[in-house]
Amino acid sequence: MVNIAEALDNIRLLDALGEEKSTVHALHPLAKLFVTLVFLIIVISFSKHEISALLPMVLFPTIIITLADLPVLPLMKRVLIVLPLVIGIGIFNPLLDHRPMVSLGAITLSYGWISFISIMIKCLLTVITSLILIATTGMTNIALALRKLKVPKIFVLQLLLTYRYITVLMEEVILTTTAYALRSSGIKGIHFKHWGSLLGQLLIRTIDRAQRVYTSMCCRGFDGNYNTGTMPTLVAKDYIFMLFWTLFFIITRSFNLPMLLGTILTGVYP
Amino acid sequence: MSHYQIEANNITFIYPDGHQALKDISFTLSQRESIGIIGANGAGKSTLLLLLLGILFPNEGTISVGGLPVTKKTLPHIREKIGLAFQNPDDQLFMTTVYDDVAFGPRNYKLNEDEVEKRVVQALEIVGILHLKTRAPYKLSGGEKRAAAIASVLSMHPDILILDEPTNALDPKSRRRLINLLSTFNHPKIIATHDLDMLFNLCERTIILKDGQIMADGLTTDLLADETLMTLCNLEVPLSIQNCSTCTYKHML
Amino acid sequence: MHMADALITPIVGGTMWISTAGIATYSIKKLRLNLDEKKVPLMGVMGAFVFAAQMINFTIPGTGSSGHIGGGLLLAIILGPYAGFLTMASILTIQALFFADGGLLSLGCNIINLGFYTCFITYPYIYKRILNKGYTRLRLFTAAMIASIIGLQLGSFSVVIETLLSGKTELPFSSFLLLMQPIHLAIGIIEGLVVASVVDFIWNTKSEIIENTAINKPIGVIGFKKILIILIIITALTGGILSRFASSNPDGLEWSMFKVSGQEELEANGPLYETLSTLQTKTAFLPDYAFKNTEVDKSTSFAGLVGGFLTLLLVLSMGFILKRFKKRKKVNC
Repeated sequence: MVNIAEALDNIRLLDALGEEKSTVHALHPLAKLFVTLVFLIIVISFSKHEISALLPMVLFPTIIITLADLPVLPLMKRVLIVLPLVIGIGIFNPLLDHRPMVSLGAITLSYGWISFISIMIKCLLTVITSLILIATTGMTNIALALRKLKVPKIFVLQLLLTYRYITVLMEEVILTTTAYALRSSGIKGIHFKHWGSLLGQLLIRTIDRAQRVYTSMCCRGFDGNYNTGTMPTLVAKDYIFMLFWTLFFIITRSFNLPMLLGTILTGVYP
Repeated sequence: MSHYQIEANNITFIYPDGHQALKDISFTLSQRESIGIIGANGAGKSTLLLLLLGILFPNEGTISVGGLPVTKKTLPHIREKIGLAFQNPDDQLFMTTVYDDVAFGPRNYKLNEDEVEKRVVQALEIVGILHLKTRAPYKLSGGEKRAAAIASVLSMHPDILILDEPTNALDPKSRRRLINLLSTFNHPKIIATHDLDMLFNLCERTIILKDGQIMADGLTTDLLADETLMTLCNLEVPLSIQNCSTCTYKHML
Repeated sequence: MHMADALITPIVGGTMWISTAGIATYSIKKLRLNLDEKKVPLMGVMGAFVFAAQMINFTIPGTGSSGHIGGGLLLAIILGPYAGFLTMASILTIQALFFADGGLLSLGCNIINLGFYTCFITYPYIYKRILNKGYTRLRLFTAAMIASIIGLQLGSFSVVIETLLSGKTELPFSSFLLLMQPIHLAIGIIEGLVVASVVDFIWNTKSEIIENTAINKPIGVIGFKKILIILIIITALTGGILSRFASSNPDGLEWSMFKVSGQEELEANGPLYETLSTLQTKTAFLPDYAFKNTEVDKSTSFAGLVGGFLTLLLVLSMGFILKRFKKRKKVNC
């Protein structure tokens, strides 16, 4: 997350997607949050040497992306940015675990490679699904779901405020660092001598802004309580959505569906 | 009960660091009146607005709003009566959607959600941005942000409107649109600004502040044309009045 | 240093989630005690500040490399530990949601790793202790430096422990430690320097910002012991319960490859097996290409490969068909 302009674009994109209208967007945020969490738990609960049994889980993001008309490339780009971190730790498995696990003709895959591939697939699935959640729900609705889950109001309000001002402050940081770069003849980043004053000025402006925001909240009757509107209730389609996917995930977790399919088709059965 | 909407008597304010921002200020605002407050940077305009809302309290003197004295106890009522639109709409639009922002005030006054919605829709319709209600504030243009900020004030159904630099950072067309919008409001208004031309359109009366004191209080047309007074207060006669003299001046050069 | 979902197990993730929730609830309670509604907008905007400031590149003189700030320590200094922790939690939540920087299930891990140690260990026990003797520039730099180095060391040590407990990596403990700790030593030094420079600047220009939290101190040592005890108890309890559940339910959470590779189900379920074999003779498109004579290992891998490939194909074509179907519907409208 180094490039600030890119980060800003990313927030804007996900925000714009969250405002779209589709069958998935219309579902209750709590239902989506629930299914996403069940999905994540099931995915990471697969053993580290499991690959084939994991694959039916791809169905969930595929269906949601299609139904919600999400653009695949920008989401995939995000995954590619996160992937190296996971590769960094996962890559040691093939290097350290050479015990052969499966062999297909001339190729023999070690336990290490299998677990590495498994981690990669899990990373792909978990990252894509988390992004899908925000892209089909939006931050405001996530906050609504959190309120419904009885997360304290103060925390929810603070979360929303942070989210609201990220774009404002990022723009301010871009302006400040650009102004700095323009006068620092090609030096990359901020020089040691100016760390304190540059970040310090920004910080003081931030605190002044917080003061003004507080004033404006007070002017409109804020008394330390955050009053949200009435929340929509879960309806039949939300329950069906939750039930269907939870069942699907549990079945996928309980039976190795691809193996069953493969066994039938290749005629190999023990 | 007084027939004045706002009554300020001899108010003096000194900041904790010792800087005296206001000195012996007295004025009244009556029903259906609009006052422009002008003055150079640091003349005390913003401080005065904060005092009217009870965000700061005067060291000396009293303020009353709609007949109620401004004290800690009466604050909830005061803030229901006065709506303040901030200089920077980004400070005012702190929620993640325009709708939630405009609804913030009414919800704090514990109105039921139907009434809240009615007020939000009405306020957004008045400022003409109902179609933007689900938009995130950072995706609005400068003019739209300003309109949303004003809607967030209107939804509280205030008796008095206070506007701090409403035309700040607006392009000419958005500025004109805003002035037209403000001229349709029947609320008594106080407008602190550097946009002197706007005052001709909106305020029949003007107060000029200099170094925390009232230098003049009178008809806008009289005060703004007074070149000696304006120069003394580090201000300038607006171009719309000085046009002819400027032309002749330039011509003579 | 943000943990990803793919590297943890539900037990580790769940335990850390519950611990985080416990500490967050306690922090909110503590904040309400000295009710200060002003703090909510300050926390919100400060969170956005740290979020944006994390993206500024600070170049290290003479090396050509650069670093970033983490923010936990700075938040604790400006907001106090309780508000600092909560603010860090919301920053990490947004990062997980919008950037997939750290996953949703590993969010608990990340909040503990980056928020807990800085706000509740190094800030009160190192930073404050050193500066309590009075402010000097030297003390400030020493305090910020030691506090952020130790904070990051604890955090990265936590990452090692959480990853190893999840058992997804083959890295032995010692090598993993050797990999993580030195990198975070370097990061800690930079962070310490940045935090100290900022605090130094503010101290000289607008000291009341920092004094406020210093005066407004609910930071009794008892409060912190309580938090530590809460954390340890919650972690031990939930971790214990969850892993017991897992071990007594081998089919529940911790399945191994061999148990689910397909053989067991097929052998165990007689009727299912029979239906499947009849189905198989009817549908198999590669009936002669069976590895009946070779090792089971190879044949099942082959079956798994074919099945996996077909599953993917099936899933993707479902998406494709759905898309076509949706488009047609749109056209009809």
